[in-house]
Amino acid sequence: MLKEKGLLFDVTMCVGCGSCYKACKEQNKLPQTNKDFLKDHLSENTYTVVEQYGDNYARKLCMHCDEPSCASVCPVGAFKKSDTGAVLYDGDKCIGCRYCMQACPHKVPRYEWEKTQPRVRKCTLCHDRVKAGKLTACAEACPTEATLFGNMDDLIAVAKKRLKENPGKYYQHIYGLEEAGGGHVLILSPVPFEQLGYTAKLPKESMPSLTMKAMEKIPPVVAVGGVFLTGMYWLTKRKNEIAREEKKSNKGIKV
Amino acid sequence: MKLSEILKPTFWKVVSVIIVTVGLYSTYFRFTRGLGASTNLYDTVPWGLWIGFDFLGVGLAAAGFTIAATVHIFHMHKFEPIVRPAILTAFIGYSLVATLLIVDLGRPENFWHPLVMWNIHSVMFEITWCIICYTTVLVLEFAPVVLEKFNLKAPIKLLKKFSIPVVIAGVLFSTLHQSSFGSLYLIVPGRLHPLWYSPLLPVHFYISCIGVGLSMIIFESYLIARAFNRGLNMNILSGAAFAVLIDLIIGFLLKVFDFISTGKLALLTVPSKETYLFYLEILIGTFIPIFLLSQKKVREDRKWLYFSAIFVIAGFMLNRLNVCTTGLERSAGYTYFPSFDEVSITLMLVVLAMFAFRLVVKFFPVFEEEPILHSKQNNVLETKQIILSE
Repeated sequence: MLKEKGLLFDVTMCVGCGSCYKACKEQNKLPQTNKDFLKDHLSENTYTVVEQYGDNYARKLCMHCDEPSCASVCPVGAFKKSDTGAVLYDGDKCIGCRYCMQACPHKVPRYEWEKTQPRVRKCTLCHDRVKAGKLTACAEACPTEATLFGNMDDLIAVAKKRLKENPGKYYQHIYGLEEAGGGHVLILSPVPFEQLGYTAKLPKESMPSLTMKAMEKIPPVVAVGGVFLTGMYWLTKRKNEIAREEKKSNKGIKV
Repeated sequence: MKLSEILKPTFWKVVSVIIVTVGLYSTYFRFTRGLGASTNLYDTVPWGLWIGFDFLGVGLAAAGFTIAATVHIFHMHKFEPIVRPAILTAFIGYSLVATLLIVDLGRPENFWHPLVMWNIHSVMFEITWCIICYTTVLVLEFAPVVLEKFNLKAPIKLLKKFSIPVVIAGVLFSTLHQSSFGSLYLIVPGRLHPLWYSPLLPVHFYISCIGVGLSMIIFESYLIARAFNRGLNMNILSGAAFAVLIDLIIGFLLKVFDFISTGKLALLTVPSKETYLFYLEILIGTFIPIFLLSQKKVREDRKWLYFSAIFVIAGFMLNRLNVCTTGLERSAGYTYFPSFDEVSITLMLVVLAMFAFRLVVKFFPVFEEEPILHSKQNNVLETKQIILSE
């Protein structure tokens, strides 16, 4: 089995050249969407963007969660966590309810709104390339190694080492390691993450567990509800019968 | 009814025909051009009016299971006359919801996938199954009315044998999916505004659907009585209104408990659009109807009862729309307003549902016959008695 792969993006090393953006477009054969890549946003034709915040550049892409909300909410199981760590989508299964888009804590999945047979679109962590033993297109294209591709264990070690060795340079947090239960894209930044447009204050527990707390009550509700209703049926029926009999006998006495 | 009478144009007939014609064109447009061209939905606002309307439809149809349970499980036969209207309302409501869901699906041709491709972790999967099963239950519950009309006794006998398990199944399916509409949002704590987000969302949804379902029965009983010039069985409706009152109070207490236990009380003092809409929702849907219905005078007066029901229904609608639109707006960073096609398709389906309801009521024995004359005579008798006793 493949070791789970992921990406480490270091804001302090990104120069905002847009190589990852272009490589992603080429790899996925996506049309041009904006002349200025810095002004582009995620869309059905853009799986990753580079956003400018003052002197810092921040990449946005699917975080490939360990317990993906999209996979959990999809009624037909169109999303699957692959053994490479990527969260993959199967357009043939999809019915187009768009619950994945509503549920994603990182607001990543995009929709082909203009098509009559639309699909959900997002980063695939270059699944085919990784399966063939290559890096993701964005990591390969990055000239400064701001985007690193590798085994998750190694990436976490690198991230921790950087935070430790340069405490002044970094905001002491690895974004994506624990957010929404953690995922396969880790981010390091010199400033707090909400200043770079990342969704901060995400709970550490995985999002699907929030749903499961309600869903796991279904079997007991059905069991207890079924017994209660059946019981009430017999009880109230008997009560009515007794009342009727009493009425009859009372009348009998009077007459 | 003669053909000339059916074709005679009245104001509402003309309006309905226009709405349906425009709606049909919008439907054609939606299926040939896609969701992007026909809706104002957006990547961060993937659900709009149609899903919101499904929320409303399912809640408003909730009397289908509460009344069936009251009569057939709890043997409170006083409420027997409103079983059929409740089940018909539920059936038409669910048909409307299912149709609108399919219109809303990006790949409507794949609508059957949840039947064979399972993901038991998905709330949406559970809701889909419950709605399919419950609609089947509703068909079975309403079938005797149709069979009676055509005097088919054998199938009625067969249905009667299974009627209690069917009713119980219906209550269970309803309990699950009514609450699950709230569970849909459990996974978006960062998105849904904390005034509405709560781990208790499924419970809130369940409690509020019971009250609004009964209010809907009061509402339509009044309208049907007016339209067909029939009397109203106030004894039943007052009973239902009392149940609504209890339900509203329980719902309100739960909300208070929820706000205190999760420390959200401070949010109520933050001046924002969300806060104002929240207050409006509580005022219209909770405070005013509780105030009205807690008075016996109101519960026994048909007009006041009708007004109270309208408040409950309006408050409920506001609540659901707040959860699925207003509460998400801030995090989406995009102000959604439904497009012309979204509105016109929704209106068309509402008109068709109302038409279907009237048609069924006209041709099948749904509402108890209670001629207005009869009740007036009763009143006359009563007044005479009062005079005599005086």
